[in-house]
Amino acid sequence: MTEKSEIAVAKFLEHTDSEAASFFEACVHCGECADACQFYLSSGAPKYTPTYKLRPMERAYKRDKAPFSSLKKMLGLAPSPVTEEELYEWETLVYDSCNMCGRCTLVCPMGIDIAGTIRKMREGYAAAGIVPEGLQRSAEFVEKTSSPMGVTIKALKAQIKHQEDATGIKIDVDKQGADYMAIFSSMEIMGYPEVLGAYAKLFKRAGLTWTISSVAYEATNVGVQIGSTPMAKEILQRVVDAAEALEVKHVISPECGHAYGAIRWAGPNMMGRQFKFEVVHIIELLDQLRREGKIPAGKKDSRRMTLHDPCQIVRRGGLLKEPRKLLDESCSDFIEMKGAGVTNFCCGGGGGVSANPRAEEVKTAAFSLKVEQLNGVKDLEAVVVPCGNCRTVFEDGLDAYDMNLEVIGLSELIAATLEEDPASQGTG
Amino acid sequence: MSYIEFVEGPLFLIAATIFVLGALWRVIGIIRIGRKKDISPPKGSEAIGFIRGNLRHFLPRGIFARRTWVHIVGGYGFHLGLLALILFAAPHIVFIDARLFAVPWPPLPRWGFIIAADIAFAGLIVLWVRRISDPVMRLISDWDDHIGSWLTFLVMFTGCLALQESHVFLRATHMLFVDIWLIYFPFSRLMHAFTFFLSRGNTGATYGRKGMSL
Repeated sequence: MTEKSEIAVAKFLEHTDSEAASFFEACVHCGECADACQFYLSSGAPKYTPTYKLRPMERAYKRDKAPFSSLKKMLGLAPSPVTEEELYEWETLVYDSCNMCGRCTLVCPMGIDIAGTIRKMREGYAAAGIVPEGLQRSAEFVEKTSSPMGVTIKALKAQIKHQEDATGIKIDVDKQGADYMAIFSSMEIMGYPEVLGAYAKLFKRAGLTWTISSVAYEATNVGVQIGSTPMAKEILQRVVDAAEALEVKHVISPECGHAYGAIRWAGPNMMGRQFKFEVVHIIELLDQLRREGKIPAGKKDSRRMTLHDPCQIVRRGGLLKEPRKLLDESCSDFIEMKGAGVTNFCCGGGGGVSANPRAEEVKTAAFSLKVEQLNGVKDLEAVVVPCGNCRTVFEDGLDAYDMNLEVIGLSELIAATLEEDPASQGTG
Repeated sequence: MSYIEFVEGPLFLIAATIFVLGALWRVIGIIRIGRKKDISPPKGSEAIGFIRGNLRHFLPRGIFARRTWVHIVGGYGFHLGLLALILFAAPHIVFIDARLFAVPWPPLPRWGFIIAADIAFAGLIVLWVRRISDPVMRLISDWDDHIGSWLTFLVMFTGCLALQESHVFLRATHMLFVDIWLIYFPFSRLMHAFTFFLSRGNTGATYGRKGMSL
């Protein structure tokens, strides 16, 4: 074994808890997971079978940690050690062609969480330094600026200023004691800054106090995508420290899939403690405010729209009904695509795939399944995509497949269809 | 000691002991690896999720049927057929009655045995043929999968040969394969018969914590 393979295997074993062990022990090699994986479906290549992607970690477990592994080793029946060559051979399966969407779990008769185990497997890869260049570059940007795209506070403040001018509503930065602190993905800040204006409009109407931290505005957690808990923890620490210093009651996770899981579900476990604030997803919050009558729906958008289900928000995040209720109230012609809901296809760029230029070809091929779904909706005019990362993948994918379809965020749609404020009518 | 006395006596006792202790050792071994306590504020119950996860994965999802129907039909056919044979075949009930405990249920009539055996054989053959013919399954299968399938086949096949009880040698041969199967079981992927509940349950518990009901 080389130094890299030793490091990787040690991490594989460290992260093989009883949950991962139960997965390795229960897999019967039926291959049904292939039918759920869009990389397999779009290529037909058996190597993309989800359970096969776990092979090096499974081998390490069966050789060194599984019950009877010592006996099998003694009898020469244990699997051979994982080599560095194998790790490199599997690298593209672990990073480029697994978006950690978790669709394979739904079809697995054993209920194996392959996506979650890939996340653990990436810990071994990250520790051994076997990481795609694109993700490594994002990590370097994070070290310098806290943003994977290198978005500085200066750039954020410029975007805030534009949105203040556009909406006529002031957006507070570093407001002590606000009810809510919003964090965003770099993609939203630079690509879809209208979301800042949408928040301003919606929260003003709801009567909430909210703020953006000048030191912790980034929600994207490259550490989670690469599979490095130390890095993920460091990124998260900034948000936790800022939120607790500002004494906010809630942190709003943005329209970004993995960011929600990173802070809401993995966050307290990584930090080893519960936070002094509550984490709420923007969709959850908007749904709650709508039910409380604080952001009533106004005139509906009449375009024919469908909804994309970001995997980490819907399938792995549990927010299935909320976006649908909101959309139903904001759009008069909302129609579901075939396979919508928990079984929906990923955009193809989740799990760090979109940040990995090497994966461009397989990502675009995987998007063909999304194209099929979209083409299955007659006279479709727009698709609501409540995730900044998915939105960019959609825009690239639609371009690659020569499709003309508007891609919009949910918060922006809710803000645009908000009932006119009687107070502003009176003063207007 | 005759061949039949050996395979139904000391060898069976050894095989059954290895089976029980080995299976227990393996399941307990998996659980004992342990898992860090999840401290994220829950939205739902992990315990309910554990049960729900176990039940939900019995039911296939229609959207995946294009590929999975062979496994669903073959898998359910084989497992249900085999279960019926193990628990309800008349010679098995006599055997269990004599050595383990009084079986409180009646045996299958002969025609019931034939139907259950046909379904189990058909299911097993379908699953194995798929394992050697489907490119995905060929890539991911290993020697353990094949040994498990063949051993099970031989147990069932010799069981059918012994059904008439016309020749002690056939019955003894069936018992020999049963003993081998019992010894092989705890060290192999056949253990999925016991580990599935942990796997489904762990995923279900995670979903349950997140308030999801998939």
